[in-house]
Parts: sequence; structure tokens; C-alpha cells
Amino acid sequence: MTDTTITTADPDAAAASQGAMNEEIAAISAAYDRAGVVETQPRLDYAPYRSSLLRHPTKDLHHADPEGIELWAPAFGHQDVGPLEADLTIQRGGEPIGERMVVTGRVLDGDGRPVRRQLVEVWQANAGGRYIHKRDQHPAAIDPNFTGVGRCLTDDDGRYRFTTIKPGPYPWKNHRNAWRPAHIHFSLFGTEFTQRMVTQMYFPGDPLFALDPIYQSIVDPRARERLVATYDHDVTQHEWSTGYRWDIVLTGSHRTPLEDA
Amino acid sequence: MSRVPGDLAPTAGQTVGPFFHDALPYPGDSELVPPSRADAVRFHGVVVDGAGAPVPDALIEIWQADADGRIVQEPGSLRRDGFTFTGWGRSATDADGHYSFSTVRPGPTTPGTAPFVAVTVFARGLLNRLFTRAYLPGDPEALAATPLLAGLEPDRRSSLVAVEEGNGFRFDIHLQGEGETVFLRHPRH
Repeated sequence: MTDTTITTADPDAAAASQGAMNEEIAAISAAYDRAGVVETQPRLDYAPYRSSLLRHPTKDLHHADPEGIELWAPAFGHQDVGPLEADLTIQRGGEPIGERMVVTGRVLDGDGRPVRRQLVEVWQANAGGRYIHKRDQHPAAIDPNFTGVGRCLTDDDGRYRFTTIKPGPYPWKNHRNAWRPAHIHFSLFGTEFTQRMVTQMYFPGDPLFALDPIYQSIVDPRARERLVATYDHDVTQHEWSTGYRWDIVLTGSHRTPLEDA
Repeated sequence: MSRVPGDLAPTAGQTVGPFFHDALPYPGDSELVPPSRADAVRFHGVVVDGAGAPVPDALIEIWQADADGRIVQEPGSLRRDGFTFTGWGRSATDADGHYSFSTVRPGPTTPGTAPFVAVTVFARGLLNRLFTRAYLPGDPEALAATPLLAGLEPDRRSSLVAVEEGNGFRFDIHLQGEGETVFLRHPRH
């Protein structure tokens, strides 16, 4: 992995310590608490995540009523996604290494309506915290039986379901001894283009939460917790896999149900 | 409990990170129509950061009406058959920060309004997706009558209007700084 905002010959020499990072995170968190205005989304301008420094807009987002094409979302169907693409453990010749797990949940719009027959894409590191991506230089083993990539369509209740391997945490170069909490990337579409989003699902009780500037870029504690899946023994399968549940709520829709025909 | 029952607050976004290339791009992703088709146009540009440096790990998605201004609801974007127009595509930027689509010039979805391509931007270092619009040049009256554009200072307005080229349109995206693109926030979002 490369992270190019620190460009000295020895990146570690210029990198903040975890302690200094924690102080930056705590200062922003304290200012948020004092302001008393609830936020649900990450800050785009969040200096502890160094790669964001030159990549966030400095001007306020411009308010615009969605119109025309923005009130609709692209359609996906069974010719786009095969049923086996939801099982990340059967893509190669053998069983991948690690904790087999199921993650399932519903995709809802801001009014609680299911987002039906819509595309969900996921990608993740393997059990050792290594992506198959060519730029991932973390010296952990590549699992020849695991690509960490999957897709599915939601059903008529807005439900998705993936079988996979629990990903491991991994180091990155944001600051010295920086580690990402274990996570699965999710890409989601709604019923309108304005609901398009990409996010990350985390696992309960991860000790790295407080140390991670990407997770902490969501400055509201409850908004952060909404990214954490719940262990669910009813999803766990006898002598086969553990189970997690995670529901996703997209931002509100504008079309009324009558227009949804 | 990660989300209490009945809580319908929106799920927070997170950055797409650096490792999406094995998951999100796919063969034919940026070809809404085959480039060889007679009415194919190129829709392309670069993504640059606040220092003017190209962003080689961004992902651009477009969503648009067809040439007649119709909004289509056709599946098949992930397994294109070369004939069905789905209106949607995605293009990862290359080492020079460049993205490129083969598509058709969209018609106006409402007669008399300026047609635009809806654009979503993802990137490593970008903590949440950004939305913008690429309006097509060529109809100054329709552009002048567009409320969104009329409400912007001229230098900002130009960031939302693509530039006509011989075989299509160029739409550069400036995440920050000089010529910063106008990014949109929608009500209830």
C-alpha cells in the first residue's frame, strides 16, 4: 500500500505516533461534542486521515434538488449477477483459510422501505489481513482460495446475504504503527441515484476502533456504531459458519411511493 | 446493538480505499455503447487533487438518459450485450488520473432543459462519495435557464459544464483548490 501525502525518504520519520494521532482525534471529537449538532456522515475534511488533506472539497456542498435522471437508479438483474457470486468461499479450488462467516441484513431507504432487487458489491482482506490487490504490500500470506470479492442482488425484502471469511486487521501508512480495524467494504445503490454510497462494515468490540482515523472520521459515536455488525446466533449455522447481521439505511428518497410503480 | 430497532438514520459512508480495483471495475464497465458505434461519443477527463496532481486511485460513475432523453431501466450493465443501453457505467482512473467512457450524448429528460450526465466520484482519501453534474455545452439558452447554473458565480459555473471536443466531451474534476468542482448536496441526504 502506498499513501503519498508523506513523501520523505523515510516515511516513518515524518509520521505521527499513534499517541499524537489519538490527540488529534480527541480534539476533533471534543469540538464536535461542544457544538451539539448531530452529524450522520463522515467529515470530508478530516486531517487525521492524511490522504484526505488534498482530496476534500474546501467549498460547501451546493444544495440542489434532484431532477431527471437523479430521481432514478440504474437497474440490475440476474443476467448481471450469478447466485454463486454471493459465496466468497467457493470461488477457487479449495477452502479458504479462516473463520467462515455469513453476513446478512436489509438495505432500506430513509423511510424504511426495502430496496428491492438492487446490486450490493463487497470486497475485503483475507483472514490474515491481506488483499489480493497488487498494491497491497503487507507481508501476510495471500490465500490462493480467496479473492475477497463478491456481489449479490437484494431480494424482495431488501435482504442481502454473503458467505465469506472473517477479514483480519492490517497495517497501513497513515501514521506510525497504524492498523485498520477488520472491515468489509460495501457498495450500495438505492432507488434513486442520490442514494449511491460506499461504506465499510466493522465487527463488534474491535480494539482498533479508537485508534483508526477512517472510522473516527464519523465524529458522531452513534453514527459510528451503525457501521458495526451484530453477532447473531440465529444466523450462525450448526457446524458450518458464524453469523453476523448488518442493516443498511440509505439516505432518504424523494420520489413518493406512488411514483415507484 | 449496532442499530436500535426503528432507527432509520442513514448509514455513514466511508472511503472506497485503495483496494477496490479487483471488486468494482469489470470488463466493459465504461462502455455504455461500443466505441465503434456511429453515435458513440467519448466522455472523459482527469481527476486532480488540491495540488493539481492527478488522482490515480479514483473511481468515476456516470448515469444518464439515452440520446432521446429517456431514462432507461434496463439491466445488463455488468454483462453488456453491446446493444442494450443501460445508462450507467464506471471507470477507474489510470496512473495519470484519467477516466474515460464511451457513451451517447444524452437528450434532455424534460424538453427545453439542459441535458446533463450525473457523476459520482469515489477515491482513496475521499471519505465519502461526491455527486456532481456534467452539463453538455451546445445550447446556451438552455444552460442559461438552468437554475442550478444560474445560481453560481461564473468561475464556479464553468466547473459543471463539459467541454466539447471533436469526438465527445471533456469533464475534468478538481477535488480541491483552483477551479474546484461544484459538488452537490441533496435535500434529505
